[in-house]
Amino acid sequence: MELVQQLFNGLVSGSFYALLALGLSVIFGMLGVVNFAHGAFYMLGAFGAFVLLDTAGLSWWLALLIVPVVLGIAGMVLERLLVARLVRLDPLYNFLLTFGVALILQDLVRLRYGVASQPYPRPALLDGSIDLGLFEYPKYQVFVLVFSIVVSVLVWLVLARTRVGMIVRAATERPELTRALGIDVRRFITPVFGFGIALAGLAGVLAAPMRAVNSSMGADLIIVIFAVVVIGGLGSVFGSVAAGYLVGMLSAVGSLYVPALSQSLVFILMALVLLWRPAGLFGREEGVHA
Amino acid sequence: MAARLMAVAAVVATGALVAGCGGGPQSGGGKVSGDAIKLGVITDLSGVYSELAGKNAVEAVQMAVDDFKKKHGDDAVTKNIEVSSADHQNKPEIANTTAREMYDRDGVDAIFDVPTSSAALAVATVAGQNKKLYFNNGAATTELTGDQCNPYTYHYAYDTYMLAHGTGTTVTEQGAKQWYIIYPDYAFGQDMNRSFTDAIKAAGGTVGTADPTPFPNDNFSTFMTKAPNLKPKPDVLGTMQAGGDLVNVVKQYNEFGLRAKGVDLAVGLMFDTDIKSIGVGPLAGTLFTTAWFWNMDDQSRKWADRFMDRTGTRPTFDHAANYSATTQYLEAVQRAGSDDADAVRKELDGYKFEDFFARNAQFRAADHSVTHDSYLVKVKSQDQVKEDFDFTELVEKIPADEAFRKASDSGCKMP
Repeated sequence: MELVQQLFNGLVSGSFYALLALGLSVIFGMLGVVNFAHGAFYMLGAFGAFVLLDTAGLSWWLALLIVPVVLGIAGMVLERLLVARLVRLDPLYNFLLTFGVALILQDLVRLRYGVASQPYPRPALLDGSIDLGLFEYPKYQVFVLVFSIVVSVLVWLVLARTRVGMIVRAATERPELTRALGIDVRRFITPVFGFGIALAGLAGVLAAPMRAVNSSMGADLIIVIFAVVVIGGLGSVFGSVAAGYLVGMLSAVGSLYVPALSQSLVFILMALVLLWRPAGLFGREEGVHA
Repeated sequence: MAARLMAVAAVVATGALVAGCGGGPQSGGGKVSGDAIKLGVITDLSGVYSELAGKNAVEAVQMAVDDFKKKHGDDAVTKNIEVSSADHQNKPEIANTTAREMYDRDGVDAIFDVPTSSAALAVATVAGQNKKLYFNNGAATTELTGDQCNPYTYHYAYDTYMLAHGTGTTVTEQGAKQWYIIYPDYAFGQDMNRSFTDAIKAAGGTVGTADPTPFPNDNFSTFMTKAPNLKPKPDVLGTMQAGGDLVNVVKQYNEFGLRAKGVDLAVGLMFDTDIKSIGVGPLAGTLFTTAWFWNMDDQSRKWADRFMDRTGTRPTFDHAANYSATTQYLEAVQRAGSDDADAVRKELDGYKFEDFFARNAQFRAADHSVTHDSYLVKVKSQDQVKEDFDFTELVEKIPADEAFRKASDSGCKMP
C-alpha cells in the first residue's frame, strides 16, 4: 500500500523527467546537440509563469499556453542564430555553447530576482485532493501526471501517424539514411529545436505551483535528465518518456528505503544499463556504432 | 559514441554546474600597518545564502565602521579602518585558503560572517592557528563552541541549540509530543536533527522517526505520504531544510494537506527571505525561533530603516548580527587601545553589553558563545501584514541564560 503510493509519487516526479527528456532526446536526435541549456529553459518556464502573474495578473492556465509558445520561438531564434553555425563542427562546440547559454540565462535571472525563490500559488481549480480509491492524492499533482501523459501520447501520435512525424522520426533515429533518401532534413531542424525547448518551458510552468521557483532549479535537475536520456536510449522518443517515469519511481522508492543512496541510484542504473545495453533500454544497438 | 557523449555530459554537468556559480575571491591587498584596523568578511556572494548574508552582510560591517568613525571622531584609536570581502562559495576549502590569505597576506585583524557550518569550522581552525580573531554569524553549528572551540573564535548570532531549544521545546510543551523530523543530509542538517531530538526529549516528547533527505531536493512527496501513515502518528512534522529546499517542503506539505490530517508543521531555521519566497498564506501560524527580527521594537526598526536606506531592503538577523559584532569588536579595540588579538580578547571575555541586536548579552569566557535573548515567533496571517517583510510576531522571549547551551555542557576546553 505504502509502496503503491510511493510509486505514484514517483510517476508524478517522473512526469517532469519525461517531458524534459523527451525534448532533449528529440533535439539530440535531430541535431546531434546535447542541449545543456535545457534546464535553464525549464527554469525560464517557471519564471515565465511567475512574471505573467506578477506583472499582468495572468492566470496559470494562460501561462500554460503562452509560456511554451514564447520559449519555443526563443528556442528557434537560438537555433538559427547560434546553434546552427556550430552544428557541422565537433559536437563539443555546441556542448560548450549551450552550457554558456545556460549559465548566462541563469545569471540574468539571478541578477534580476536574486537567489531566493519566488512565490507562486496553486491554481484554485486544482486545490485540495482527490480520492483515487486506494488513497487520497493532491489534485494538482494528479493533473500534472495526467497532463504529462497526454502530452507524451500526443507527441507520440504526431510522430507515429503523420507524415511530418515520420520524417522527424526517421531523421531522429537514422539521420544519414533519411538525408540519403532525398528528404530535406534541415527544414525540420529549427521547428524541432523550438518544440523541444517549448516542452522544457511547459515542464517549468507545471513545476511553478509545486516547486521552488529560483534561478538554480534547472541546474539541479538537468544532470538527472541526461542520465534519463541515456537510460532510455538516445534518440528513442518512447525510451526517454518511459525512462523518465521509471527513474521517477526509482528515486521515490529509493528515498524511502535507502535514503543515503537516493541521489546516486539513477546514476547506478545508468551505469548498469550502459554495461548491459550500451544503446540504452529502448535504443537501437546499431545506432551506437553509426 | 553518442551514448558516451551524453553520459560524459551528465558527469561533466555534475561538476561544472556546481562550480560554475561563483566568482573568485576578491580580497584587497595592502600591508600590515600599525595605524590600521582591517576587517575581512568571508561570505556567500553568489550562492544559496547570498540573500540572507551576502553583499548586505559586507554592507552591514561597513555601516558599523562608518558609525564607529562618526561616534569617536578624533578620539578613535585609528581613523584607518578597512573592510575587505571574499566569496567562499560555501566551500570549506575555499574558506580555509581565503582566511589564510586574509590573516597572513593582507594583515586582516578580524574575520566576520562565514555562513555554512563546515566553512565556518575551517575558518575557526585557521583563526586558532594564526591567533587572529573570528566572529561567526552565518553558521549554526554548536561545534564552534564545543569540541572545536578555540580562544580566538566567537560564535555570535545563533546556533542549532538556540533554534532547537526555542522551537522544539515550546512546540512539545504545547502538546505536540510525537515528532517526525526530516533533515538535509549534511553537517548543518545532522546537527539540527541532534539538537532538536535532545530538546524534544528533554521536554517530554518523542522523535518517532527522523529521515535524512537528499540535498538539494525538489521532491519531498515520499516523506509527505509517509508522515500521516507512521505508527504512532506524528503530531508535528519538523523540517530542518533551508533555502529552496524549505520552500519545496512547505509547498508540498500544503499540497498533501498534512495540516488537515492532523500533522502540524514546525520549521527549524527560517529567514524573512524564506517567508517572502513561500508567501505568508501557506505559513500562517508556523512557529520558529529567531535571534532577532527587524520590527521587534523601535530601536530595531530605527536601525532597519537606516539599513534599508543603504541597501534598499530589510535586514535579516545575519545582517544585524554582523553590524553588532563589528561594533562590539571595534569598541573593544578602542578600550584596549590596540588591535592586538590577545589584548582585544581580554577586553571581550566576560564582557556584558546590550545593543539593538543583542539584549542581555555576554561574551561568555568559558566557551566563547555570545549569549543573548532569542525569540520564539510565529508567522502572521495575511491580513495582519501591514508592509513588506512584516511577517513575524513575537510569541515568547527566551532569556539569554536559557536560550543557549550551558557552558558546562559545551564540551569546550579552552587551552
